[in-house]
Amino acid sequence: MTEVPISWYLTLSAILFALGVAGFLFRRSIITVFMSIELMLNAVNLSFITFSYQLKQVNGHLFAFFVMVVAAAEAAVGLAIILTIFKNRSTLNIDDIDSMKN
Amino acid sequence: MDAFIVITLIKLAVIAFVLLTAVAYLQWVERKVIAHIQVRPGPYRVGPHGLLQPLADVIKLITKEDMMPSYVNKPLYLFAPFLAVTMALLAIAVIPFGPQIQVAGYPTLMQLADLNIGVLFILAASSMGVYGIALAGWASNNKYALLGGLRSSAQMISYELPMALAIVSPLLVSNTLSLRQLVESQAGSILHWNVAGGGQIVAFIIFVIAAFAETNRVPFDLPEAENELVAGFHTEYSSMKFASFFMAEYLNMVTVSSMATLLFLGGWEAPWPAAFGSGLVPSVLFVIAGLTALYHGAHPARKLDRYTLTGFGLIFLVLAVVFALPIVQSWLLPLFWFCAKTGAILFAFMWIRGTLPRFRYDQLMGFAWKFLFPVAMLNLLVTGFVVAWIS
Amino acid sequence: MDIFLFLVFAIIAVVAAINVVVQTHPISSAVSLIGVMGSLAVLYLLLGAEFLAAAQVIVYAGAIMVLFIFVIMLLNAGTEAKRGRSLTVQLLGVPLLVALLGLLAYFVQRLFPQSVAVHFGGFTGGTALAVGRALFTTYLLPFEVTSLLILIAIIGAMVLARKEMD
Repeated sequence: MTEVPISWYLTLSAILFALGVAGFLFRRSIITVFMSIELMLNAVNLSFITFSYQLKQVNGHLFAFFVMVVAAAEAAVGLAIILTIFKNRSTLNIDDIDSMKN
Repeated sequence: MDAFIVITLIKLAVIAFVLLTAVAYLQWVERKVIAHIQVRPGPYRVGPHGLLQPLADVIKLITKEDMMPSYVNKPLYLFAPFLAVTMALLAIAVIPFGPQIQVAGYPTLMQLADLNIGVLFILAASSMGVYGIALAGWASNNKYALLGGLRSSAQMISYELPMALAIVSPLLVSNTLSLRQLVESQAGSILHWNVAGGGQIVAFIIFVIAAFAETNRVPFDLPEAENELVAGFHTEYSSMKFASFFMAEYLNMVTVSSMATLLFLGGWEAPWPAAFGSGLVPSVLFVIAGLTALYHGAHPARKLDRYTLTGFGLIFLVLAVVFALPIVQSWLLPLFWFCAKTGAILFAFMWIRGTLPRFRYDQLMGFAWKFLFPVAMLNLLVTGFVVAWIS
Repeated sequence: MDIFLFLVFAIIAVVAAINVVVQTHPISSAVSLIGVMGSLAVLYLLLGAEFLAAAQVIVYAGAIMVLFIFVIMLLNAGTEAKRGRSLTVQLLGVPLLVALLGLLAYFVQRLFPQSVAVHFGGFTGGTALAVGRALFTTYLLPFEVTSLLILIAIIGAMVLARKEMD
């Protein structure tokens, strides 16, 4: 068979999403956490495009396009925030940025 | 299916061989052009008129000691030049050199891959080329290399914006993203080319300026000049890895010149229709070149010129005859026009290198964001209005 | 042919994603993330989304990741220090992850049995023309709103990252 069942694409999307969640929860460096968020967004984009193929409509592509645009805006502001945090706390470890008691 | 694979492999081999030789000889042409601008002879000892100089350079670079300093980040250090060359070569895979031709009865395009998002593919490959320089700067573990790498990549991504806007304007006029259809929409004569009839002269100028910045050429070559920042991002590289960066730079030059030709100058179309004799132009040019070479061979300035220039004169005359044969004209003429236009833009690259001083870094970035980007946006707006008005 | 391409690039994507999560230095994670985005672009091409594949490489891999790499280089983010994690996290971490994955995969398989298959060329509506047409007719309002969002992001980033005038 030279055709790929659609569930394989969705499973790949699930794997990438789960890995993104793992990176988000387990890593301590703020930049790596941010990169895991981007990984999750990419996994969701793959899902959108897969469903667009299944329903034979282009709307899924449009959703993925808007996700990309919002991710770009979010990356710009998020990295600016990271730069400000580094200027103030001199560390990128999210355990050390915590200034709440306990 | 098999014929397709075989023909594609043959095209791949031909294009790769011609391209890599052309890149090596581009360096010879550059050195000669800059030398003559500076009223000196340039390379003339190695082979007749220095024509074997690129070969000597290749041998020198291959046999140099290939150092791997102990303090570099080894995976990235090895990956960066590979990435730079790969992305540069990838962009050339979609450039069409001519119309459809017949190879042993099998019709094929003079192009490796005819994508209908060809323009976006080239933009994507040049966006990925930024990483070769940024990672090289980081991996070298050297503050000068890091600064040079960061400046160079910041410059490249800043100039990608005016370049993309300058690319979109002729796309509005030609109404396609495929490179082949772009050229076909400019068929006819010079009045149909996007730079003249399509009214994209501003976009053409913006594209050429942005192309200079994208390929890190003078006047935008501050990040890699030899007398600034030691040598920029390739300070710690030697031998073949250093050669890879320079090959990538010349390949990028070829890519952006080809893009300018395809987008603005009508690709492989002749300036006036073949009915009025544009098929004779290559032969006439080669006859003139051959006669000039023979004349200078008869009155030689140097002793060896009597033989070398006479030889070149005869070669040019033979080429003039070849270009006049009707059998090969269907594919040789478009190829000639494409190479002539791309060569003219490459000559402009070298001419400007010999003439202009370089920009300071803040002047460079200010120029991109405060001048080129608004002008490109304005051009796009005006083009959009005019196209919507006409149709 | 399709299945071969899918398997190769899916495996590259998964290995690179694991690398993003596992590597200690942020630059290695960033380069692996670029690998993930590249292989996803190829998968988008297989699904007929040619414009999105090019946009993924130009915007995501070619601009957003360059921003990440700039920030990592400017901040000289070093290797992450290994903090002692509680025993619960160390024991339950990976098994819970595999459980989440299994749950998602089970639901996927249950809802989408092997009915629909993807072959290259099955969906030709992903051209720039189709995307552009939908973008400027049906989705015009979100398009204008996202342009405003980008403007806000530019102003926000400039305000946050500028030097304080003392």
